Amino acid sequence: MDFLIFKAPMLMVQASLDGILLGILFALIAYGMALQWGVMNIINIAQGDLVILGGYIAYTMYLVGIHPAWGVIVSPIIMYFVGVLLYKLVINKVVDRDLFISILATFGIAIVFQQLMNFIFGADVVVAQSEYGTTMLFDNSVTLPNSKIFSAFISVLYAVALVIYMKKSRLGRAIRATAQNARAAKILGVDTEKVYAATFGINAALCGIAGALISITLTLHPYVGLPYTVRSFMIVIVAGLGNLPAVALSGMGLGLFEEFADYILGTEFRIGAVFMLLVFILVYRRFKLSKKREYLK
Amino acid sequence: MNKLVKLFITSISAITLALVSFTSSFAKVEGDYIVLGSAISLTGKYSSNGVHTQNGYNMAVERINKMGGVEVQGKKYKFEIIYYDDESNPKRAAQLAERLIKQDGVHYMLGPYSSGLTKAIAPVTEKYKIPMVEANGASRSLFTKGYKYLFAVLSPANQYLEVAIDLAVEKNGGKGVRIAQAFEQDAFSQDVRLGILDAAKRTGSEIIIDDKLPKELNDMAATLAKVKATKPDVLVVSGHTKGALTAIRQISEMKVDVPMLAMTHCDAAKLSKQHGKKSEYALCASQWHKNLSYKDKFFGSGKKYDKDFKKEFGYAPPYQSAESSAALLVFKDAFERANSFDRDAVRDALVDTEMQTFYGNIKFGPGGQNVAKPMILFQVRCKGDECENKVVAPTKWASDKFYHPIPKWSERS
Repeated sequence: MDFLIFKAPMLMVQASLDGILLGILFALIAYGMALQWGVMNIINIAQGDLVILGGYIAYTMYLVGIHPAWGVIVSPIIMYFVGVLLYKLVINKVVDRDLFISILATFGIAIVFQQLMNFIFGADVVVAQSEYGTTMLFDNSVTLPNSKIFSAFISVLYAVALVIYMKKSRLGRAIRATAQNARAAKILGVDTEKVYAATFGINAALCGIAGALISITLTLHPYVGLPYTVRSFMIVIVAGLGNLPAVALSGMGLGLFEEFADYILGTEFRIGAVFMLLVFILVYRRFKLSKKREYLK
Repeated sequence: MNKLVKLFITSISAITLALVSFTSSFAKVEGDYIVLGSAISLTGKYSSNGVHTQNGYNMAVERINKMGGVEVQGKKYKFEIIYYDDESNPKRAAQLAERLIKQDGVHYMLGPYSSGLTKAIAPVTEKYKIPMVEANGASRSLFTKGYKYLFAVLSPANQYLEVAIDLAVEKNGGKGVRIAQAFEQDAFSQDVRLGILDAAKRTGSEIIIDDKLPKELNDMAATLAKVKATKPDVLVVSGHTKGALTAIRQISEMKVDVPMLAMTHCDAAKLSKQHGKKSEYALCASQWHKNLSYKDKFFGSGKKYDKDFKKEFGYAPPYQSAESSAALLVFKDAFERANSFDRDAVRDALVDTEMQTFYGNIKFGPGGQNVAKPMILFQVRCKGDECENKVVAPTKWASDKFYHPIPKWSERS
């Protein structure tokens, strides 16, 4: 235990800002997961690996001399097609099966993706440079990398755009209808097959954006996808499906929780604390549910 | 009838078994070739360093074979290596070691890449009494288990950054310093940490931050914020290439001012290439540098090795390649001194090794670690946008002066 953070108010500010900025990025990935989980009832273990692949697209652009920030436009476009292709090849075969099959299938996809990225991009850890500089607050005692601010801004921008798209567009309405009741939607003339493909494509595109942002804020490596999957899973569990504001809040909450756990418990318990929180939330939810049931009796 | 069939099957299997064991007992030396075995990470997360290791081995095999090979009992032999890909997976590595020994009949092993995989293989080679010369497992725990057939040409992990603490104390006028440290939770980095703890005790230094980084680390902002608030004299970071890259990225972004920054894996991370000027003044531990003045008759000097390696493989050799090449020089020397292919004779010859290679002096301590070669420290220095690693310690090989303290970010262009 280390209570340094409570002695220095500036550390508190720093931790909170770091946590929130990071949380917004997590929320974007989690939103994609919530979307396709809600629509297709699939838990995508390869979510994190799609993120990393998106990151490598931005990194490749950086290597050929294009600023990696353009990745937030190019990467989702490419990743959308990767997602649709993935759907046509694998996901459409597991979409109506039980959850366990989809977990196995996407787990397999995750392994294939990791090995492919390792094969193409090598096993070295890589970073893309945005050269965005740093914002300094409170007489240089709190520093915020502009790349993190940029990534939070872009995440919010895309999330808002997506919400509007889901509400207003034909495809968005079809997706929401399918999520509510796939069979009814089909009867009413919605091509659910197309909706599924598009949903998975949109999810992959969101991962692509997040990946591009990660390439300029954190580091890329073919095998670091899993922590992103776990975090987004956790956020979705807390927020529930199909509730974007809750996803955003839960994402920021998780970011904050992680930062504070890091300061107080020590860095080694950062990920461990996330898992502990997950257990608590699941137990708490069960507890609440059981109470309700008793009441109904 | 049934009995006959059974008898037939039994005898066939017996003959096959006998044949297999017969061929394997002679497979250690086939014709003019001494066969060595190695499980190595050609795929998976260690694949880039695995390939550096393999290139180092291959370069030495080719060179030794070209220059006359190994002379045992008046006959010239050549080296040959059987490789298997361990997929960067310790379990797989141990299986492959068994396979090399039992099926391929290999009697002499070369190490895999990384401490973790060497740890997985060492119990196997020990069980079958197979001498293994390894070049990429530095964890101290490898040398405290009493292994008799394990020999490492590199300096153990706890020595990696001790020199840096000594240097900091020296710059502080001999007084103890305040140390902030962050180490990944893996065998290697934790051993580096133990070395720092020893050095701190020895010099009367104080450790004010002692963070352990998770394996999936890609964010150490919290540690760095603490560093910023507590202003230590030295910041020590070890977390393989990921740790080095993350540290430099976030130190530069958060404008963390420390007088001295010491790390591991800078060259493997291509720090000066990936981060350029942001990595300037970082102090890095290394097993080898091409500018050191060691010599041998196969590769000449470090500079010559660097040149030949570049010509052969198209990139400058990281120390992982150099030490792997040195492992074969050690084997050659041991075979010739043992003048026999008896495993125990070779093992005894390895124990008595005392030689100089282009990579450094080699002499094995009681645990099998190399005790004759000190670690070196280099510092990243930049001229314009070109950054280079300059050796700054120990003073005997220093090509440049150690720049201390690191200028503040506000003063850096």
